[in-house]
Amino acid sequence: MTDHSEIDKVTGTSTTGHEWDGIKELNTPLPRWWVWTFYATIFWSIGYWIVYPAWPLVSSYTTGMFNYSSRADVAVELANLAKIRGEKMVKLAATPLAEIEKDPAMLALARASGKAAFGDNCAPCHGTGGAGAKGYPNLNDDEWIWGGKPDQIEKTIQFGARSGHAKAHEGAMLAFGKDGVLKPAEIVTVANYVRSLSGLSTGAGYDAAAGKKLFADNCASCHGDAGKGNQEMGAPNLTDKIWLYGSDEASLVETITNGRAGVMPAWVGRLDPATIRALAVYVHSLGGGQ
Amino acid sequence: MSNTSVQDDIDLDYGPLYAARKKVFPQKVSGTFRRIKWGLMGFCLGVYYFLPFVRWNRGLGAPDQAVLIDFPNKRFYFFFIEIWPQELYYFTGLLVIAALVLFLLNSIGGRIWCGYLCPQTVWTDLFYAVERLIEGDRRERMKKDAAGWNLERVSETVLKHSIWLMIAWWTGGAWVLYFADAPTLVWQLLTFRAPMLAYIWIGILTASTYVLAGWMREQVCVYMCPWPRIQAALTDEWALNVTYRYDRGEKRTSVKKAKELRARGEPVGDCVDCYQCVAVCPTGIDIRNGSQLDCIQCGLCIDACDTVMTKIGRPTRLIGYDSDINIKRRTEGKPEIYRVVRPRTVIYCGLIAVVGAIMLYAMLTRSLLDVNVLHDRNPVAVKLSDGSIRNAYTMRLLNKRGFDRVIAIDIDGPVNATVHVVGVDSVTQDRPMIVLGRDQTTELRVLVTAPAENNTEKSVPVRFRITDIGLGETAVTTDNFVTP
Repeated sequence: MTDHSEIDKVTGTSTTGHEWDGIKELNTPLPRWWVWTFYATIFWSIGYWIVYPAWPLVSSYTTGMFNYSSRADVAVELANLAKIRGEKMVKLAATPLAEIEKDPAMLALARASGKAAFGDNCAPCHGTGGAGAKGYPNLNDDEWIWGGKPDQIEKTIQFGARSGHAKAHEGAMLAFGKDGVLKPAEIVTVANYVRSLSGLSTGAGYDAAAGKKLFADNCASCHGDAGKGNQEMGAPNLTDKIWLYGSDEASLVETITNGRAGVMPAWVGRLDPATIRALAVYVHSLGGGQ
Repeated sequence: MSNTSVQDDIDLDYGPLYAARKKVFPQKVSGTFRRIKWGLMGFCLGVYYFLPFVRWNRGLGAPDQAVLIDFPNKRFYFFFIEIWPQELYYFTGLLVIAALVLFLLNSIGGRIWCGYLCPQTVWTDLFYAVERLIEGDRRERMKKDAAGWNLERVSETVLKHSIWLMIAWWTGGAWVLYFADAPTLVWQLLTFRAPMLAYIWIGILTASTYVLAGWMREQVCVYMCPWPRIQAALTDEWALNVTYRYDRGEKRTSVKKAKELRARGEPVGDCVDCYQCVAVCPTGIDIRNGSQLDCIQCGLCIDACDTVMTKIGRPTRLIGYDSDINIKRRTEGKPEIYRVVRPRTVIYCGLIAVVGAIMLYAMLTRSLLDVNVLHDRNPVAVKLSDGSIRNAYTMRLLNKRGFDRVIAIDIDGPVNATVHVVGVDSVTQDRPMIVLGRDQTTELRVLVTAPAENNTEKSVPVRFRITDIGLGETAVTTDNFVTP
């Protein structure tokens, strides 16, 4: 304390001794209850050291009386959540797909749960919004290789395609060039014919009649006479605007020469039935489902 | 007083660490302002205790309590008004108006809020009334306080605190009734089946009422409340404040001496130094020291002084509502002047009118049907097998009416566009119909599809219009339709 303090004549209170441009500050005492409340809060704070984790030690810390830990709190919350979710998910797994979509509450639950599971399991290949990429189908559109009805989607998720599972979708695009079935020139011709099916332009000197014959002899057994595809065999529709591996001549030649056999893993056994059902509802509700 | 000994012990050069509390024993008083205070206390407490029981019919399924803060369902009801959480700005407006009214009252009549309406004043006043009833008036209480403890005083103290606690408990009990159906909750409380939260809040409010009105009293006004500090900065020379007219009161003498001096024709003040104004003051101050932070302007000193002035045959209102400008004018021999209409009050009234008008407009044009859409971010657009483009949106619909209703969704923007809602089979082609539950929000996934050849622009605005089929009420929102 400075010894410049003095008693203010008007109030009878001492000053702090500080002065700014002739203005002095009164050293007004606090009320007694305020001071005691202040001490009480300090005393109270010691309680936190006793009750809660407080002091770091060399290799550990003081844990407090109740062994409180925010991580344990989270674990309890998660366990509660699993319990609440558990009941609902059991109900979800037992409800037929068609009924889930008719019940707004079930649909909301399945979509929310399916969205989370999609982000964890499907997004690496199909993208976070299911938009897909080259070789990985876009799940938002209405082109379905193995069928776009809810139960077909669920089956594809369960067993996958060419996944090695006994019930998986089988059937692959043959490697017509590599296996020597078609000569390179014939492949170019049939590639141009395939382009013409969906109204795309064809290359110079392209022989439409030869293309048609080549297609009928080699491709129609799977893709159909008109090229409309066959979901039983996973043969895509060649007459629409959606191309999994690209529609330009070079991509088509590559597809016909080397074949295609993209793999969708089987999720049965890895995900529980309720999650798979939720995923089927979510994917179906993305907009392209049939 | 003995309590100041702590201060005396300390070297005044440094100042004391703390100040002991000055005990206040307000004396009973009667008069105009005391009557006003009794009346307002009755009114305020009456509103507080009985408002939860007022009913208001809102139709089947909706609560029929006039004022209800419904936390579980996230609704606030105030007579004909129902507010959703996102409409909390109505409260902001209300608080702005409340602040402006406080400023306006202050610029007209000083601390009207502090003196007559503030809960701290109302409850403290009530607690003092109980104290007087049990322990007697000022002189008796001071005597008992000085005499120390005996059996009578112990029993009186126990009785006083019991009644205080009962009032406090009643205060907490009324508080929780604003948050649930009052008659139901009262019955639950009586049969000990109320939710734990209700008991906890009654406990908290009981404790705060008892401590603030029974123990803290004027300390709240002097040390804890920010308003006296703000008020001092907002007041002006025109505002009426409870004031001792020193021009009339000084120089103070005794009644006898004043008479002698007056008989001799010598100048003498009206104040007879009877200390009645100090005796009745609930904050224990001397109003004759001028306007001060501790003065809540309750007007009780006016009543006390008027009583004395009447008794000694001098004019009343030696202490009264007065303004700085009139104090000055009287000393200059000019007539008193009152001006309620002045720039400050006009601006406050104008601001109140503007905020009030904005709120009223918002209230009257408040939509009971609302729609928001959020465009899918990934993928923004999808090409379908026939080459057409589809955009997906998350739509949120709000039905603020107390009944279910059917709405239709129409879109406008992209050429030849169609709209489809996931999980909804349209009765009408391309016009989805949805049932919106009463008083709730509904979330939908909406798909808009349009042929690519007609929509070559990268992005076109799309307007979603929802129409209540029954009432014809509509709500509109816009977003973009994107073509990859």
